[in-house]
Amino acid sequence: MVMDKTEQHITRAYDRDLEAIQAHIMKMGGLVEAAILDAANALATRDEELAEKVRSSDRAVDELEAMIQSQAALTIAERQPMAFDLRTILAVMKIASNLERIGDYAKNMAKRTSVLVQMNPIEDGGSATRRMAKMVEVMLKDALDAFVQRDPELAEDVRQRDLEVDQMYNSLFRNYLTYMMEDPRNITACMHLHFIAKNIERMGDHVTAIAEQVIYLATGVVPDENRPKADRTSVETGEGV
Amino acid sequence: MNDMRPMERKVDTKEIKFDCRNVQVYYGDTQAIKNVDVKLEDRTVTAFIGPSGCGKSTFLRCLNRMNDTIDICRVEGNLLLDGEDIYDRRVDPVQLRAKVGMVFQKPNPFPKSIYDNIAYGPRIHGLARNKADLDDIVEKSLRRGAIWDEVKDRLDSPGTGLSGGQQQRLCIARAVATEPEVLLMDEPCSALDPIATAQVEELIDELRENFSVVIVTHSMQQAARVSQKTAFFHLGSLVEFGETGAIFTNPKDPRTESYITGRIG
Repeated sequence: MVMDKTEQHITRAYDRDLEAIQAHIMKMGGLVEAAILDAANALATRDEELAEKVRSSDRAVDELEAMIQSQAALTIAERQPMAFDLRTILAVMKIASNLERIGDYAKNMAKRTSVLVQMNPIEDGGSATRRMAKMVEVMLKDALDAFVQRDPELAEDVRQRDLEVDQMYNSLFRNYLTYMMEDPRNITACMHLHFIAKNIERMGDHVTAIAEQVIYLATGVVPDENRPKADRTSVETGEGV
Repeated sequence: MNDMRPMERKVDTKEIKFDCRNVQVYYGDTQAIKNVDVKLEDRTVTAFIGPSGCGKSTFLRCLNRMNDTIDICRVEGNLLLDGEDIYDRRVDPVQLRAKVGMVFQKPNPFPKSIYDNIAYGPRIHGLARNKADLDDIVEKSLRRGAIWDEVKDRLDSPGTGLSGGQQQRLCIARAVATEPEVLLMDEPCSALDPIATAQVEELIDELRENFSVVIVTHSMQQAARVSQKTAFFHLGSLVEFGETGAIFTNPKDPRTESYITGRIG
């Protein structure tokens, strides 16, 4: 026997408040998804204008986050949410923070892209990064779908997929290391490209955190740390590349 | 990890104070309580929640046989206080009620002085040997009721002359004067303002060091704040019983969820 979560509150204004906050999350999610894709495209196509657009659109994401946090605080004060409603508010506050961080990473990608277009292109610098960014964007889309549908299985699937993002990052890390060893003139560009790859890898971690919030929201239990991880670059020396 | 819980949430003991088994209560032909099994722990605040008419007050009143006064009321099953059945023929309900005190929704001080309101119970139960003893009991009880400082200079004034919040704390002081082991509270704050409510809640937290407290409340937030265990009643049945934190963040039964989130259940 499961409570029908669409069952309405006796005070209908409460339903409207909760729906409004969740609609803001979806709007914020849409903006952040677009920022990830635009940032990756700007890099791959060396499009300075698009990069600038990503940088300026981050402000809207930040404003939405502030709005969600204050609406959540107000709802706690007015309604004293319990049980599923309480978990919804808690999840929404954390998801908003995670989305805001992902937006910052996209903005940072765009900043570095503006620098990179001034330099000679690095072989394969853009397209592999774009594949990785696309993967994270799909994960984010699925995590937000899981949020709307309160679907812990889909959220768990997203969580597992972070492994692939980590693996792509590892392989890019090795590539850039190789390029830098081959020709020191590549170092500046490769350092920027590496930071971009790292940004996307971190985005994956934030998407994973969102997926974990969805699992908590749907089941009431925070998933444990048993999830595959493959970012081992912090313990690698670069020898044998 | 358990040591990192906030102190006031900690349940210090697992000793069972009240062991209620298969309790049924009837008013005439109507069954008000159906098959309730619950173990109430010592030195723990247990909250009973549920919609009006769900049986929570009826069940509370079984715990000190207040239902005896209702002719058509019939209680079946076993209610064991420290292992002894309180509905046993040999149990004197008056003695039982000294052990299991009660505070009601509406403050109901006796039409006597503040002093006599407190002294009445200890006198009839012979708890004081002399006037000095009785004075000590009165002061100690009023202090436990967190009202001593407000009334110490006017112990001879009538209890009914106090404000609503003060009257309720006087009634709590009166209830603890006989050194009960269990304190039953039936919506003790529903007639009080937020300040008096906070004072009573603070008091409940202090009382827990010495007594088991069972509180019926319509305020979910109050149940979440003051209790360590929560029982949700619905249509005469005990639907869910467990740690308060778990009940309010992740209830197991959809009826509990519907009720505490304010949905039509």
